[in-house]
Amino acid sequence: MSLRIVVCVKYVPDATGDRQFTEDLTVNRDDVDGLLSELDEYAVEQALQISENSDDDVEITVLTVGPEDAKDALRKALSMGADKAVHVEDDDLHGTDVMGTSLVLAKAIEKAGYDLVVTGMASTDGTMGVLPAILAERLGVPQVTLLSEVKVEGGTVTGRRDGDTASEQLEASLPALVSVTDQSGEARYPSFKGIMAAKKKPVESWDLEDLEIEADEVGLEGSWTAVDSAAQRPARTAGTIVKDEGEGGKQLAEFLAGQKFI
Amino acid sequence: MAEVLVYVDHVDGAVRKPTLELLTLARRIGEPVAVALGAGADATAAVLAEHGAVKVLTADAPEFTEYLVVPKVDALQAAYEAVSPAAVLVPSSAEGKEIAARLAVRIGSGIITDAVDLEAGDEGPVATQSAFAASFTTKSRVSKGTPVITVKPNSAAVEAAPAAGAVEALAVTFGTLATGTKVTGRTPRESTGRPELTEAAIVVSGGRGVNGAENFGIIEELADSLGAAVGASRAAVDAGWYPHTNQVGQTGKSVSPQLYIASGISGAIQHRAGMQTSKTIVAINKDAEAPIFDLVDYGVVGDLFTVVPQLTAEIKARQS
Repeated sequence: MSLRIVVCVKYVPDATGDRQFTEDLTVNRDDVDGLLSELDEYAVEQALQISENSDDDVEITVLTVGPEDAKDALRKALSMGADKAVHVEDDDLHGTDVMGTSLVLAKAIEKAGYDLVVTGMASTDGTMGVLPAILAERLGVPQVTLLSEVKVEGGTVTGRRDGDTASEQLEASLPALVSVTDQSGEARYPSFKGIMAAKKKPVESWDLEDLEIEADEVGLEGSWTAVDSAAQRPARTAGTIVKDEGEGGKQLAEFLAGQKFI
Repeated sequence: MAEVLVYVDHVDGAVRKPTLELLTLARRIGEPVAVALGAGADATAAVLAEHGAVKVLTADAPEFTEYLVVPKVDALQAAYEAVSPAAVLVPSSAEGKEIAARLAVRIGSGIITDAVDLEAGDEGPVATQSAFAASFTTKSRVSKGTPVITVKPNSAAVEAAPAAGAVEALAVTFGTLATGTKVTGRTPRESTGRPELTEAAIVVSGGRGVNGAENFGIIEELADSLGAAVGASRAAVDAGWYPHTNQVGQTGKSVSPQLYIASGISGAIQHRAGMQTSKTIVAINKDAEAPIFDLVDYGVVGDLFTVVPQLTAEIKARQS
């Protein structure tokens, strides 16, 4: 038996940098360092754990859609232990929204071949959190999403989803799509050996033609949504800051009373 | 006037507040038609009518509880086909976003998530969103298909606007994908009696400075004196001091209350992403250099173990 896992990852601008929009109101990727989205590290980690706990022959492919730099995210995932990588890159993809990106990912996942797709719960830049559900819909496979625990055994995936009102145990047959939360388990650091091995692992590059997608189905023009304006939030006016010299709690109560919270 | 579908979030017939807020926003762009699914769906009609629903479409079936998400998408799609609305609005809960997203794919529409405001525009509804840890405000619209928009809690005031609210049964046929993911067990979360974190008007949060699960009692006591929800920073959650469901931040909940009180929280970007849109921000931290102080309306540099209990005692004294 063999198990083919595709992990979708995203290369995102570092959240600690000064993130801005460009003139066409897409995300400025030039002035801020990029990195593998932290939430996708958990997806890579769970794929590796599924592989390590499996008696089957498991192959893990990491997949990303993004500009040239996005290869860095693939390298990171490969150095953590993934087997190979696919990079979908095409100039016509600039400004693609979630509907277009999910279309590209779905076609690439089908082309790569899969039994299980693993993603993070959301990207750390767009933070929509809808891509996993959209991918499941597009692929026509069960969505087993927002898992804090995941197990794959005998063609079945099981997991725990911790919601607001209840914690649910889920079960689905493969092929399926899984998304994992940051509660699923710490992601490992790449070892020196892993980093060296990653350099020799295959990275395939596909463009829109390889995926039989027309340019007008993606990109800014083909987008299903339009951003009309982006304005930097005005800096907050400096607040009152007091040092506690024994009456700090009472002073704060006075402020809250003045604001009618008490 | 165009009809607008509003997906109803309810627990056994008790409608949650974000849905009532959605009805207010829906009235700006058309006539709200509510869709309520599952046990107690019929019982939601009265309060929905009181807040402007001209019609309430209801359906119940075992599939809604036995399988994950997709049966609800099938039902919302049935409502969409029955009504042909000008827009579909869904509360921005984790499940709400998944339902909205799958519907959008099926009907060939764009989706906007986590809107914090909504208004009518020349080319359809215009949604306001926060981006990059709330350092930017964007205005967007759906440019293909019928706009599907999820809206964050606390985005509008709940307004009474009595309407007919006629209940109609919605006929739903479940597709083959509906039974793909089985819910084999469900453990309800124990109620703390406190307001739900994302819906609360006041949130009191504790972070690394709380220094232990046993010390969260003083945070809870302050929260209870104000009728507030309790939040926690990722550091406190990762340390196991407080449940993940209470985590405020990029990988947890994003909150936008009238008042946010951060205790022992330094204010890393991860946390700020989840609370920066709060109306009034207060912090208590012994480190005067903590970045959280850049955001506050009022900050106390001091030991939370003396400041917080003193604040709680003062609030109780003023209330009695």
